[in-house]
Amino acid sequence: MIEFTDVVKAYDHGTHALNGVTMQIEDGEFCFLVGPSGSGKSTIIKLISGELRPTSGTVHVNGYNLERIRKREIPYLRRTTGVVFQDFRLIPKMSVYDNVAFAMRVIGAREREIRDRVPYVLELVGLENKAKRLPGEMSGGEQQRLAIARALVNNPSTIIADEPTGNLDPARSFEIMSLLQEINNLGTTILVVTHEKDLVQLFSKRVIVIDEGIVVSDGEGYYDED
Amino acid sequence: MKINNLGYLIKEGFHGIFLHGFMSFAAVCVTIACLLIVGSFSILAYNLDVMVDKLNQTSEIMVYVDSSLSDAEARSIGTRINQLDNVQKSVFVSREEALDNFVSDHNNNAAFNGVQAQDLRHRYVVTLEDNTLMKQTDSQLQQIPGVAKTNAAYELAEGFTTIQNVLNIASVALIAMLLVISLLIISNTIKLAMYDRKDEIAIMKMVGATNSFIRLPFVVEGFTLGMTGAILAFGLEWVLYDTLVERISSVDALRLFSFVPFTGELLIPMVATFGAAGLFVGIVGSWTSIRKFMDV
Repeated sequence: MIEFTDVVKAYDHGTHALNGVTMQIEDGEFCFLVGPSGSGKSTIIKLISGELRPTSGTVHVNGYNLERIRKREIPYLRRTTGVVFQDFRLIPKMSVYDNVAFAMRVIGAREREIRDRVPYVLELVGLENKAKRLPGEMSGGEQQRLAIARALVNNPSTIIADEPTGNLDPARSFEIMSLLQEINNLGTTILVVTHEKDLVQLFSKRVIVIDEGIVVSDGEGYYDED
Repeated sequence: MKINNLGYLIKEGFHGIFLHGFMSFAAVCVTIACLLIVGSFSILAYNLDVMVDKLNQTSEIMVYVDSSLSDAEARSIGTRINQLDNVQKSVFVSREEALDNFVSDHNNNAAFNGVQAQDLRHRYVVTLEDNTLMKQTDSQLQQIPGVAKTNAAYELAEGFTTIQNVLNIASVALIAMLLVISLLIISNTIKLAMYDRKDEIAIMKMVGATNSFIRLPFVVEGFTLGMTGAILAFGLEWVLYDTLVERISSVDALRLFSFVPFTGELLIPMVATFGAAGLFVGIVGSWTSIRKFMDV
């Protein structure tokens, strides 16, 4: 579960990115977070991943209180959330298989677990036949699938997708959103940060709209940019 | 970090060396260059120190025995001289031997034909343990009954001591300076290698890697690169030194310079110095360089 209570985040140079955000995302939910550039969406993601701490208010993510979290606990918080980025952030020198296996090795998984789990996840995202390819040899949509596989492989309770379709054409964007929905159907909480109004309306899920650091609307399936 | 990861992390450290081949090559080259400079200067300083030490040992005190003493009495003074703390050895030179030496030193010049051994005095050539104490030892020698006069070259001994002290201070300062410069250059080279991999580090952090998990392969890599550089620099230093000494020894005009053989007293200190320097720059260089990239 992700819970923000009256969260304020001010940066050192004086900018207030969040001005009292309160929201709650339950386990197993699929939720869009939308808003214009500079509205505070990236700050919310950084707070959830433990990259930033709130100036005031409380943030709870999957059982961790981010106000009080110790530095050495942050890796364990991050293992509960998989993150997918617009630019994929894959390791170009590693094969598809190794990019996914790498995320498991990093948390100390045994080779046998890795050999069992990675093919399963690659099959889930439809890349089972491309395990030996390098990321550079694949299309944007496939690279994003790979990024989702990597986010998913450690079985996190939440996946945060930051503009996951920003670099993709409409057909690939639809595929990626469908894949995220499938993953959500398996019980994983999904939070998608996006600008794409059409996709948001097509998938008809909960939409949290943020502007100038506050939540301006929170409801099902409708997103009006105005 | 779990124990079952250790093998993987060490393997990753070695893998990283080949994966980032050019940066690894650059780091090894910089290590070799820096250690060669530091090593060459250390050996040069050591050799100069040994040479000055040898020259210093040639300064002696001449002790003249009272001419009224009999031969037996003159010879017995040697026991008293040898009892002094700072005396390494004393050699008795009879007045006859002194005359022979004097004449032969002056190419058997006929001008000395009329000189008799009786005109000269028995004497001792005294070699000291520590030439910095020449003045005190000279005073002690003058106190011995039967000693008529002493002749000690304080200025020469002091000059050697000053040269040795200046050399020691200059070499320690220069070696320390070169080591700091080497560490900075190597640290910067490793930082460049880290910069090349900053995205990889960011991904590791993002998926929940602990700091020690991220750090260990880089430290293994730094250690391996540092030690590789040290071993190659050591080998090169050895070959260069031996070649240079051989060349210098073959030139007659330079025979005055005597060099310590590499395989003798230099070998163990050089192995220890190069090993420690390689280990230090590799581990400290990678450890400090990665800190900057850990805060993601």
